[in-house]
Amino acid sequence: MYKQNLYTQIIVGNFKLNKSIIGINLLICYREAIFEKRYLNNYLNGENNMKKLLSIFAVVAFAFSAHAGTLDDVKNRGFLKCGVTTGLAGFAAPDDSGEWAGLDADMCRAVAVAVFGDRSKVEFITTTGKSRFPTLASGEVDMLARNTTWTISRDVNLGFEFVGVNFYDGQGFMVPSALGVSSATELDGATVCIQTGTTTELNLADFFRLNGISYEALPIETNDEGKENLFAGRCDVYTTDASGLSSTRAAASNPDKWVVLPEIISKEPLGPLVRHGDHQWGDVVRWSLNAMIIAEELGITSENVDAQLSSNVPEVLRLLGVEGNYGEMLELSNDWAYQIIKQIGNYSESYEANVGPDTPLEIARGLNALWTQGGILYAPPFR
Amino acid sequence: MNEMNEVRKPPVATTGIIGWLRINLFFNWTNSLITLFVIYCLYQFIPWILDWTIFSADFKYNYLGEKITNQEMCSRNLDPENGGACWAVIYVRFYQFIYGFYPKVEVWRVNIAYAMLALALLPLLYAKLPYRKYFLYFTYIFPVIAYFLLNGGLGFTEVSTNKWGGLLVTLVLGCTGIALAFPIGIMLALGRRSKLPVISMMCTLFIEFIRGVPLITLLFFGMVMLPLFLPEGIDMDGLVRVLVAVTLFQSAYMAEVIRGGLQAIPPGQYEAAKSLGMSYWRMNLLIILPQAIRISIPPIVNTSIGLFKDTTLVIIVGILDLLGIGRGTLADTNWLGLSYEIYFFVSLVFFIFTFGMSRYSLYLEKKLKTGINMGAD
Repeated sequence: MYKQNLYTQIIVGNFKLNKSIIGINLLICYREAIFEKRYLNNYLNGENNMKKLLSIFAVVAFAFSAHAGTLDDVKNRGFLKCGVTTGLAGFAAPDDSGEWAGLDADMCRAVAVAVFGDRSKVEFITTTGKSRFPTLASGEVDMLARNTTWTISRDVNLGFEFVGVNFYDGQGFMVPSALGVSSATELDGATVCIQTGTTTELNLADFFRLNGISYEALPIETNDEGKENLFAGRCDVYTTDASGLSSTRAAASNPDKWVVLPEIISKEPLGPLVRHGDHQWGDVVRWSLNAMIIAEELGITSENVDAQLSSNVPEVLRLLGVEGNYGEMLELSNDWAYQIIKQIGNYSESYEANVGPDTPLEIARGLNALWTQGGILYAPPFR
Repeated sequence: MNEMNEVRKPPVATTGIIGWLRINLFFNWTNSLITLFVIYCLYQFIPWILDWTIFSADFKYNYLGEKITNQEMCSRNLDPENGGACWAVIYVRFYQFIYGFYPKVEVWRVNIAYAMLALALLPLLYAKLPYRKYFLYFTYIFPVIAYFLLNGGLGFTEVSTNKWGGLLVTLVLGCTGIALAFPIGIMLALGRRSKLPVISMMCTLFIEFIRGVPLITLLFFGMVMLPLFLPEGIDMDGLVRVLVAVTLFQSAYMAEVIRGGLQAIPPGQYEAAKSLGMSYWRMNLLIILPQAIRISIPPIVNTSIGLFKDTTLVIIVGILDLLGIGRGTLADTNWLGLSYEIYFFVSLVFFIFTFGMSRYSLYLEKKLKTGINMGAD
């Protein structure tokens, strides 16, 4: 183990690697494949060939070398590169004027505001479920806000860092209201439209087995297919993430004909993520999200934020940068959180505008309400 | 004498419209039955589709005369009994479908590029064009002009390819892929048939490798692997990476198509060219390739159309082409549920382009008389 670490140091030298995790992994794999122990020993014994090889590697390593960190990269570049979906109702989709809108798009803008004080200093990079992780790993985007479920394998194994949760989702069921069902436990013998090869399939099987009821699965490939099958009556139930169900329901010609059942059978915490190992940048993204949540907790909105500057609540003053030097700690300007609230709004404002009950999606706050209001949205204190 | 010269007309039933109908639609009873069945289907289908797409459809205003700004205002959502397609979504999003997220102040550049593309294609499509030679010069320098126009530089503000989208991306990918793949394909085809083992082996290896994997794999390779081989300073643009993948893919297929044409050329042609003292390149350029490409026109157009449609796969790597913009629109909460309209529109645009390509190839075949036997005998 010692030798391996030493070896990495030799190859990488004093160059800082932050081009990409994959890049490093590639180097490491390459190293493991090509150099075996004897080469290492050869090197330690001062073999000339090895030196040549290493000098080649130093060049490669230099190719991957870069500046101090993502925050500086972003500042130097002058705008944030944020990975979003290619379009998911309520989370990120281009509006009629070509501007990206949605909960995740707001998350990106909040970070851009924190760094630059300008909500327009962000470039949205569209990513798909398959391309999102390589895009982040290769440094093509600075962060992902792409309705990505926080799981241990993604957090640990893929080498990313989830900095928080901006939407608590979970698998739910949608049925025609004419079916007269009010709970998923009454769905004995139902035909269920289910996307194949996903975790939803396993969750469904588990849920029905636990409740001792049976179902017949109608396998489908895409969300559109599920929608068409349900609307055409080929299945009684459609199951996918609750936010997806809401957008499916909103797309129906008569949304009142469909109900989303109260049962949520899986945990899908969706949140922004950054590359592992750049804690300074992780902090910036984490606290941009937290600032929005804390603002809601403290009752600061984009409308009253200016009045709140003269508030007598210490935490409000700290958050808005009137007191303390929290901005400096993050290497941001001291009014970063003020600007986020002023230009984007607090979490509730973003939620209500994009997915809330007044939008066609009509997703109630539920789990996403503040911890003081029956939900589980909870940000660490701002002090 | 006059009576002798009088020509008897053929029976009415074999000429004119009636004759055509008899021969083509009512030749025997099975034929007639199928004709009647098809007419019945068309009778059922055509009024419905016309009604849905045109007569009951909303174009900009709904039946109450309001300007449509979201799907709830579509006639068919206000009154499900009446109302057909809600084309307002296309109307509102037309800019995005054609230009993607290109900045509005700079969009004249895309318009000029579109116009120049038409101008550049003109001498390629019509051999009888007056001053064709000068037009062709323009065609050769068009890619360079288009690059600076669309991307920026030379005094134009830079517009990052991330802001490109819609038809612009589809055309850039399709045209560049087809245009670059053609010469590369020819080189690969000649290389594969080369007598020099190294060249022949390398070309064969390249072609077989590229043909052996799906386009998606190559797109991912371009998107994920390519940047890893490049140093930090050289940041290859996402669209360029996809273009590289698309071009490699297309050139491998083009090479095999052209090799098919080359194999159809009788050996006598080679021998005749060589006996005239022609070098390898002169023989190929003047004798072999003109014939080989001429007989390869149908498959060349076939693979080109295939590529044009395959460009929609770029959505997998996160580039919003015409179809991608359509899907993005569907994800806007204002326009949820208008999938029929959007997919109809996208397929119509694709149909216009691919049908145009296929008609052009038929015209070319007719002009070059590719059907006529050629060669040694």
